[in-house]
Amino acid sequence: MGLKEKLADLRQQGLQEIENSQDLKKINEIRVKMLGKKGPITNVLRGMRDISVEERPKVGQFANQVRDDLKTAIEEKRAALEQAALDAELAAETVDVTLPGSPVAQGQPHVIQQIIDQVVDLFVSMGYEVAVGDEVEQEVYNFEKLNLPKDHPARDMQDTFYVTPSVLMRTQTSPMQARMLEKHDFSQGPLKMISPGKVYRRDTDDATHSHQFNQIEGMVVGKHITMADLKGTLETVAQALFGDKLDVRLRPSYFPFTEPSVEADITCFNCMGKGCAICKHTGWIEVLGAGMVHPNVLKMSGVDPEEYGGFAFGLGPDRFAMLKYGVDDIRNFYQNDVRFLNQFDEKG
Amino acid sequence: MKVSYQWLKEYLDLDVAPRELAEKIARTSVDINDVYQPADGLKKIVVGKVVAMQDHPNSDHLHICQVDVGEEQPIQVVCGAPNVTTGKKVIVALNGARIADNVKIKRGKIRGVESNGMLCALQEIGFSDKIAPKDYSAGLYFLPDDAKEGEPVFGYLGMDDTIIDTDVTPNRGDMLSMYGNVNDIAAFYGLQSHFKELPVEENGTENTGDLVSAKIDDHKIAPTYKLRVIKGVKIADSPLWLQIRLWNAGIRPVNNVVDVTNYILLKYGQPLHSYDYDRLPGHDFGVRHAKEDEKFTTLDGDEQTLKANDILVTVDNQPVALAGTMGGEGTAVSDQTTTVALEAAIFDPVMVRKQARRLDLHSESSMRFERGINPATVETALNEAAELIKELAGGQVTKGIVTGSEKSAADKQITLSLAKVNHVLGTDLQMADVEDVFSRLRFAADVKDDDQIEVTVPARRWDIFVAADLYEEIARIYGYDNLPSTLPVMTRNRGGLTPRQRFIRASRHDLEGMGLTQAISYSLTTVDKAKQFQIDPVAEPMKLDFPMSSDHVATRMSIISGLLIDIAYNVSRNVNNVALYEEGRVFLPKGGERPEEQEHLAGAITGQMLANDWHTEDRPVDFFQVKGIVERYLHNMGLTGKVTYVADQSRREMHPGRTANILLDGQLVGFLGQVHPSTAKVYKIPATYVFELNLESLIAAPKVANEYHPISKYPSITRDIALLVDDDITNAMVMDVINKRGGAFLKDVHLFDVYSGLHLPKGKKSLAYTLTYQDDNDTLTEDQVNAAFDKVTKSLTDTLGAEIR
Ligand SMILES: [Zn+2]
Repeated sequence: MGLKEKLADLRQQGLQEIENSQDLKKINEIRVKMLGKKGPITNVLRGMRDISVEERPKVGQFANQVRDDLKTAIEEKRAALEQAALDAELAAETVDVTLPGSPVAQGQPHVIQQIIDQVVDLFVSMGYEVAVGDEVEQEVYNFEKLNLPKDHPARDMQDTFYVTPSVLMRTQTSPMQARMLEKHDFSQGPLKMISPGKVYRRDTDDATHSHQFNQIEGMVVGKHITMADLKGTLETVAQALFGDKLDVRLRPSYFPFTEPSVEADITCFNCMGKGCAICKHTGWIEVLGAGMVHPNVLKMSGVDPEEYGGFAFGLGPDRFAMLKYGVDDIRNFYQNDVRFLNQFDEKG
Repeated sequence: MKVSYQWLKEYLDLDVAPRELAEKIARTSVDINDVYQPADGLKKIVVGKVVAMQDHPNSDHLHICQVDVGEEQPIQVVCGAPNVTTGKKVIVALNGARIADNVKIKRGKIRGVESNGMLCALQEIGFSDKIAPKDYSAGLYFLPDDAKEGEPVFGYLGMDDTIIDTDVTPNRGDMLSMYGNVNDIAAFYGLQSHFKELPVEENGTENTGDLVSAKIDDHKIAPTYKLRVIKGVKIADSPLWLQIRLWNAGIRPVNNVVDVTNYILLKYGQPLHSYDYDRLPGHDFGVRHAKEDEKFTTLDGDEQTLKANDILVTVDNQPVALAGTMGGEGTAVSDQTTTVALEAAIFDPVMVRKQARRLDLHSESSMRFERGINPATVETALNEAAELIKELAGGQVTKGIVTGSEKSAADKQITLSLAKVNHVLGTDLQMADVEDVFSRLRFAADVKDDDQIEVTVPARRWDIFVAADLYEEIARIYGYDNLPSTLPVMTRNRGGLTPRQRFIRASRHDLEGMGLTQAISYSLTTVDKAKQFQIDPVAEPMKLDFPMSSDHVATRMSIISGLLIDIAYNVSRNVNNVALYEEGRVFLPKGGERPEEQEHLAGAITGQMLANDWHTEDRPVDFFQVKGIVERYLHNMGLTGKVTYVADQSRREMHPGRTANILLDGQLVGFLGQVHPSTAKVYKIPATYVFELNLESLIAAPKVANEYHPISKYPSITRDIALLVDDDITNAMVMDVINKRGGAFLKDVHLFDVYSGLHLPKGKKSLAYTLTYQDDNDTLTEDQVNAAFDKVTKSLTDTLGAEIR
């Protein structure tokens, strides 16, 4: 048997062993055994002296070829075994991806707060300032300065929690109209304000009445403010809050502190105007009260109604929330059952 | 007001459907509650004639009736009504009919006898008990004898009319009459009004003034007061047309005299009162305030106890009516009445309102007096009523009207500027447009020049006083739909939230991010609860003068007590993990006219922040979890001052060993800790941890400017130290020493272990810290760190007696 044949045998035998090995340890042993200094290839090459000088380089080249082939096979096998080991390890780490994720603590803004913030943000984007008033108010500001003298019928509609004859829990956010009119420096431009807050009425709490609820008051007074501006503003608010596919209608109403007074209705979003229980079969839902600031209100706050005029409007976040989400009991808002509160995620 | 569409059509050539008219009224005049036909939802209800009847063999009150319903053969109906009579025309619900409350009538057997329908009372076809005439309140209603068998009954009963139920605002009292409705509808549709008044023809021989007198001492109570007398009337039922007018307006027909007064009330908005002349205590009418505790029996049979601000109509100083509200039992018109004294007046709106409200006697009359009466039609209404009574009940209208007082019905002149009209409305109206509006309203208008127009407002529109009121008339008749839609012209207003408002909003978002849900609780609470959990206690809360419920009598002085009520509400419904916060006002009386209103922020947590989970360990809320939230919040708010937590045992509602005051640069700004178990028991809540902060102090406090701190590029070196100290040595004391003695390179101290108990001597605990050293400008050497660390170690040993482990 020639050296070449011996080497070929060794290669055949080595490749077979590599092929058959099942773990990295075995592969290492094969590497040491086959390619080491005392390995069979070196051993075969000792027989070089017995062959012709011309044959020697050819055999040497072939021996190198065998060595390289074995090396490559070992590396390939090692990589394959390592990959298999990693695959097995990862397979053992497999989780049930359908198990629920770990809970993360996350609170929610109150649904009424969400509506207040939404309205406030809308008006702030239109250049309004936010004026927050006191909840314990002087009677003068809550009534007299709003053109509601004693014995005015509208005072009956707002049964009041008095503290003393001159101090009360405010029944509306409108006192901020008078307070801001008195404070505003008209030489710096018109007054544009929005005033959210809690108000109180002497009512027995039931599904539709609450002795505490919220209002948002808005007012713009300047030299060139028109009823058309009011109409545009109310349409903007109603559509921003309820969607621009709904129609807005204005109809005459009555508030002592505005003249003309209007109410803004939107198409009933439940029946789209066809008539249903929510809209009492009218197809319309009342969402805002508004009007042109009554000259008496301006006068009482030291603003000349000949020179200045403007509009005011008010809306009820509680009522908005009830309409928007179909909440049928206003007490839900103040009992703070977390199952109720957490229903209103803040997508708006 | 329930406005009849058919009645309107008598006065106006309307060519619009009722619903369309209602929509126009809503957009132009007053709001609409409802539009309906009384016959809505009813079907197969026809006229029938009882042609024969016999007793039911198996019943002592049922009858077997043969009823002609216009078919070839009469149908058999079993009926239990006591007044069923042969020959009468009755209301028959046929097999398959729908009657009131959506009840379906089916053929069937009643006690073994076949019945093919039902004979109906008015209530059974939708009349309310309040409206059905008294005579028929307990039995069948008899239709007119000429009603045709088999025809639907609706036309005979006015149930095919459409009712437009308007919701009249307090200023538009004129819209509580057909007269006012006709005027407004004529104006907005530009129609001719055919409204007709019925003049009186006095056929009596006597002078009214010889029968009654009226002396009104206090014109404030009754600015107008007028009387007529009709002698020799015969009380009977009103004709059906009149009854229909009333019941379609929600008023029960009573008799021909009372019905006429109610008909006139609907037509003119003028309430009238009819007295039985012969039962009056005398003949001299007057008005006065009641005496305190004076007694008076109203015609509903109730004895009223009066107050001094109530108002009365008197005869010979004896009360005969609560003025404008309700008549007296003793002088009411009855079947025996033959002479009627008829009163038409205007009573003071405020006095009537207060009286009706106090006695809970709201009526069609009081509602109209409260909103004002047209002074121009008092006499018209009185005359027409007298004439109608004469026509329907016979008798003689005596000569003349007795007048006790008379309010002027003068017109008002208001001058308008066209420029101002356009300026206020944002319109571009011409003078002709404005003239057109007033001509439709039938207000005289006199154009003075290019700009000025003088408008004469008739007495029938007593809601109009100033130019702004006329702007409204122009806007609504011109049409709100036709107004342009603009936004206020851009101005230099910057708008936006103030720093204070931004701080409050950031506070809310911060706590929500940490897992607390926003609550909004009641500001009004009990006195006891108002006083609890105050940061800096004030003795007494502000109290309401006249509270509505004992749960809401005083304004809160802390937010926590409201949150605990919320927690109790949740826990009682088996919601046991609750983490709430609230931001809002507390009210602190400090001697001024009004209390000081402070913005506070509070939280309350019970159970666990996170619900039980397969993957995380249960972690009931504890002091340090809540403290962590407060610390993180205060950190996020960027206060420059030093926040410290000092144990506090002075708060009665708080756990004495688990409560800390929160100080900002030594000033009290809040507290946190566990609610005292005894307090928790009263609130019916489990262990609950709370905090409350005075936002006013935090808002006012200086804030960190946002500036950049370069991160040292040199390595840091750490040293751990474990100390064995006495139990009463606090973390704050240790931190204090470390920070004071740590040297210039000490960057951070982190407590990583606290241990006491097993393996430690009694009264001792172990605290372990990691100290981090770093130089911003150079690499620290081990020697530098060792020197600094030794210094700290020695100080801890020397000052706190700490044993280094
Ligand atoms: Zn609807």
